[in-house]
Amino acid sequence: MTHDIATLPAGDVFRTYPGIDDFFESIGLPRPAEDITMLEYAAFLDEEVLEDKGLMRSQLIRHFKDFVTGLQKMADPGETAIQSITITAGRDKSGQPEETGFTLQPGDVVSVVGPTGSGKSRLLADIEWMAQADTQTGRSVLINGESVDTQWRYSSDQRFVAQLSQNMNFIVDLSAKEFIAMHAEARGIKDVNALVRRVIDTANTIAGEPILAETGVTALSGGQSRALMIADTALVGHSPIVLIDEIENAGIDRRKALDLLVRKLKVVLVATHDPVLALMADRRIVLKNGGIRKVLETTPEEKENLRVLQRLDGAVVSIRNAIRDAKTIQTPFREILRDSCGGAPLEQAIVKQLSSSRNPDPGKRRKGNT
Amino acid sequence: MKLITVSGPPSSGKTSVVIRALEHLKAQGQRAGVVKFDCVSTLDETRYKASGIPVKVGLSGHICPDHFFVSNLFQCYQWGRGQGFDFLFTETAGLCNRCAPHIRNILAVCVIDNLSGMNTPWKIGPMLRLADLVVIAKSDLVSQAEKEVFLFRTKQVNPRGVIIHVNGLTGQGSAELASLFFKAKETAGVEETKLRSSMPAAVCSYCLGQTTISDQFQMGNIKRMDLSEGNEGVQGEGL
Repeated sequence: MTHDIATLPAGDVFRTYPGIDDFFESIGLPRPAEDITMLEYAAFLDEEVLEDKGLMRSQLIRHFKDFVTGLQKMADPGETAIQSITITAGRDKSGQPEETGFTLQPGDVVSVVGPTGSGKSRLLADIEWMAQADTQTGRSVLINGESVDTQWRYSSDQRFVAQLSQNMNFIVDLSAKEFIAMHAEARGIKDVNALVRRVIDTANTIAGEPILAETGVTALSGGQSRALMIADTALVGHSPIVLIDEIENAGIDRRKALDLLVRKLKVVLVATHDPVLALMADRRIVLKNGGIRKVLETTPEEKENLRVLQRLDGAVVSIRNAIRDAKTIQTPFREILRDSCGGAPLEQAIVKQLSSSRNPDPGKRRKGNT
Repeated sequence: MKLITVSGPPSSGKTSVVIRALEHLKAQGQRAGVVKFDCVSTLDETRYKASGIPVKVGLSGHICPDHFFVSNLFQCYQWGRGQGFDFLFTETAGLCNRCAPHIRNILAVCVIDNLSGMNTPWKIGPMLRLADLVVIAKSDLVSQAEKEVFLFRTKQVNPRGVIIHVNGLTGQGSAELASLFFKAKETAGVEETKLRSSMPAAVCSYCLGQTTISDQFQMGNIKRMDLSEGNEGVQGEGL
């Protein structure tokens, strides 16, 4: 900035930074006349008006300048392109070193699994905070192989992480169209209407029941809400990393939802207890006692099993639909399952197989050390 | 001792956020106490006590709570000193949103929450605008889009402050908040320190206990809305 912005005529400032309206509106001050400068504006303001707002004259000028700087940063966020994100191994709750760290690239989908309390939230928090060996886990997050300047934490212009959790609800009373527009405007996007249409169309490829642009977001079903949130995160949000806490298997095509995020080259981490979702990922991070116990590639056999699981899942969905459709469920499931497994009940056959299979690479790390 | 002023609208999550952060300070051998300010009643002291945090409660009653805060700050500081605390937190709820308990050179924190609605950052005023550190709570309950718009509006009101998300239930972000508390400057004393914004000059008969609504009983500093044609009712804003 060559000129002191407070010495330029307000009309010029408004034309350069249309978003500056919000500055006056948020404090509750009238917009200055075209030809006066901010310095003059502040000087002319009545003492009582300033008193009402709890502002001092000098604060008004300083906050105005800060606001303009914020607008400039938004127009040019100078985002680092993420080629990789690495989480280095730290320690678990007992202070034991973690088995391994891991590296993710844009378009990667990994699942995070483990019992409740095993450290899923902590792992996601380490990533959100870009831990630099300064959290209780001792992990470090590297972007493009390099440590992150912790200064970024304090400049809130760059958020690396978008989060989608199970508890999330819409709370604003707006239509789907207005809602997405509000987000797009806050992101400083030019062609808001075109983007709004694209987000709703995309959400409708994921949602079981179509979302109308005019529907209020609070009136959407669980599946529709989730679909709209995911489409919004993919298309309007700019965070390169998306942390998802479970995607319920109701009213939403989970495969398509993940594919959408992958196409937008997001790094996706999904914390889940659902085997279908866990196996949809290319890798899974297994947590125990606050630490990373294993990072496993999804094997071709698992992918094959996933297809079977999805069919079973599909069967459950058709049962649910039949019930919703006032049908009775008379089909003898027990016989169908037994016949298809050569006489043994399906669940017993699977449990038996699972208990005899061993964990992969047992003791590999120890072997390497000795 | 480090004095830290924590403010925020009622029920925004101040107590939960402070308790969570104090767990981390405690784990590092730090001693911390809290003075909780409220108007009519509060139950928060039981929550602090349950977490083993020494707490004092100040109820402002018929006095403007912000004025009450200022006139009691010195002795609260002395109490903290006497207890040998490493940290002393004051917790106050912003009530009319016109004032802020923030003091120059003393870490000023404002806790707001995502559930309070998208326009809240614009409504809060000096408490948010003059804070060094803004904590946004309850962001696990709203959509990412609302979270981003809320953050954007918070940033509009306070472009310089550090803004972090803390989940008072799971504790996500609380270790990070504690690390920011650690960086706060030592407070050598509060005598002769300066408030970051003035407190309102509203002294009228109703401040003194008048209850009858009548022109005749209104005295002192009176301000009237302008309801004439073409005016929205806002007074004193013409340039």
